[in-house]
Amino acid sequence: MRPVFHRPEALTAIKTHYCPGCTHGIIHRLIAEVIDELGVREETIGVSPVGCSVLAYSYFNLDMQQAAHGRAPAVATGIKRVHPQKVVFTYQGDGDLAAIGTAEIVHAAARSEKITTIFVNNAIYGMTGGQMAPTTLLRQKSMTSPKGREAAPQGYPIRVSEMLATLDGAAYIARVSVHNPQEVSKAKKAIKTAFEYQMAGIGFALVEVLSTCPTNWGCTPTESLKWLVENMLPVYPLGVKKMQREVSI
Amino acid sequence: MAKVLMKGNEALAEAAIRAGCRYFFGYPITPQNEIPEYLAKRLPEVGGVFVQAESEIAAINMVYGAAGAGARVMTSSSGPGISLKQEGITYIAGAELPCVIVNIQRGGPGLGGIQPAQSDYFQAVKGGGHGDYKLLVLAPATVQEMVDLMGKAFDLADEYRNPVMILGDGILGQMMEPVELTEQNHTQRTEKPWATTGAKGRSPNVITSLFLDPVELEKHNLHLQTKYDRMSQETLWENYKTKDAELVLVGYGTSARIAKAAVDQAREQGIKAGLFRPISLFPFPKNALQEACKQANHVLTVEMSMGQLVEDVRYNLEFKVPVHLYGRVGGMVPTTRSVLEEVKRWVNSGEGGGNL
Repeated sequence: MRPVFHRPEALTAIKTHYCPGCTHGIIHRLIAEVIDELGVREETIGVSPVGCSVLAYSYFNLDMQQAAHGRAPAVATGIKRVHPQKVVFTYQGDGDLAAIGTAEIVHAAARSEKITTIFVNNAIYGMTGGQMAPTTLLRQKSMTSPKGREAAPQGYPIRVSEMLATLDGAAYIARVSVHNPQEVSKAKKAIKTAFEYQMAGIGFALVEVLSTCPTNWGCTPTESLKWLVENMLPVYPLGVKKMQREVSI
Repeated sequence: MAKVLMKGNEALAEAAIRAGCRYFFGYPITPQNEIPEYLAKRLPEVGGVFVQAESEIAAINMVYGAAGAGARVMTSSSGPGISLKQEGITYIAGAELPCVIVNIQRGGPGLGGIQPAQSDYFQAVKGGGHGDYKLLVLAPATVQEMVDLMGKAFDLADEYRNPVMILGDGILGQMMEPVELTEQNHTQRTEKPWATTGAKGRSPNVITSLFLDPVELEKHNLHLQTKYDRMSQETLWENYKTKDAELVLVGYGTSARIAKAAVDQAREQGIKAGLFRPISLFPFPKNALQEACKQANHVLTVEMSMGQLVEDVRYNLEFKVPVHLYGRVGGMVPTTRSVLEEVKRWVNSGEGGGNL
């Protein structure tokens, strides 16, 4: 009998610390499957962020570096410039990438660094306990927007993918979600494309993945998926935002 | 090899290339701009990489990534930029990555000025960022020494898996002196089996400074402290006429050159003065300093700060000899005449005593 489902080689057997219903686990798996399918596990160097996925270096069966908050694209730049033939990716959350690390991601894209960024957007700071993120929706409650985020004085949510797509250096930018099996499948395709863009030497590629945070949203896992569909999708429309060219490797 | 006339910043940059450095990540700031400018031109010629980063913070984190990937890598800046880099430097120290950081000091605090200073001494030798860590800190006093210390800096960084800082100042960076660039091409001697190069045929390598378990984090800190203790064998210093010196001047970098001239003038006037010049500021050459001050009734530090080196000199002399300060700041440079006046003041004061 041949097993039809197994742990990707690019994932370790370590049990993750993620909360029940959190979609980090799905996203980790998609990346690992893509790395396996592309046959680059031994050629890949990942960069983990600060935030819930800080321990990603324990879950990926890959060479990994842990970066300071928001600095993953700079760290990845350093790695990629030393090893231009290797595959380098960053895994970052919304606080990490869209607040403290805004400069680093914008300029990595502007330089068209040949790296791949997986940007997990769950509209909240998870690890620190549910504070307002740059991607927190208007009227969304958080520990630091207890009455719900208001445009004044707390500002508007940032649409990272649309913003980065305006840069000439951004080669592939897509927003996907993982709230149902069809979308998970599409997300995997986008992640694969983003890695293929790097391997073909085209330029900077980023996939924004809409994700849930049941713990800090105060919902059950099922309610969270529904909340994502009803509240996040209208503000963060899915789709490919930038595709410099078709790629096949 | 014949000597060539070179600006300190450019000589240092060329020496880095000759030391096998092939990666530079930096951000423009005066008075060190000749370093990135020189390397922007030279590194591509030798198959290296120069990246002008979007910020000092990004630059030091690029250094983190490149160092973790196994490269000989450096960055350079000046006070305000070095402050911004502190986040990255503490991560580099915590993750035990080798790299060289150059600080061509200018006057502070804040935006301060662009004239030479030595007011980043504490920041350099006491760690600089959060957490318990140390940098190896080397302080050249001539353009030739800037060249000679570069190869040593990279070798020490590799040996100890620790960031090494070259602490210069605006005068050293900007002045031209004849310099001999050694032909020897340093190659990276240290194997780096810990580097992230892709986990081919081995278990994955992880570069991190995170230890969530306090037991593990304490162990890590103790390991780092053992390493810093071991660095005490790397002390470097220069003695100048200290053997019979009744007043010992202590200074590093540019200040030491001025102090040296003051020693000669004092000797002409029959004053037994000498100069002790620490070259390694961390580790501090404690034993050598004590030896140099054996006959001294007075010790006088000459520094371009309001008194930073003086604290380490007092501490390392164990408060057995009076240690005085002569400091100029804000880009103002001590003159030989003013140092000499200070020397005479203490010699004639009648106070002092208490030999080591």
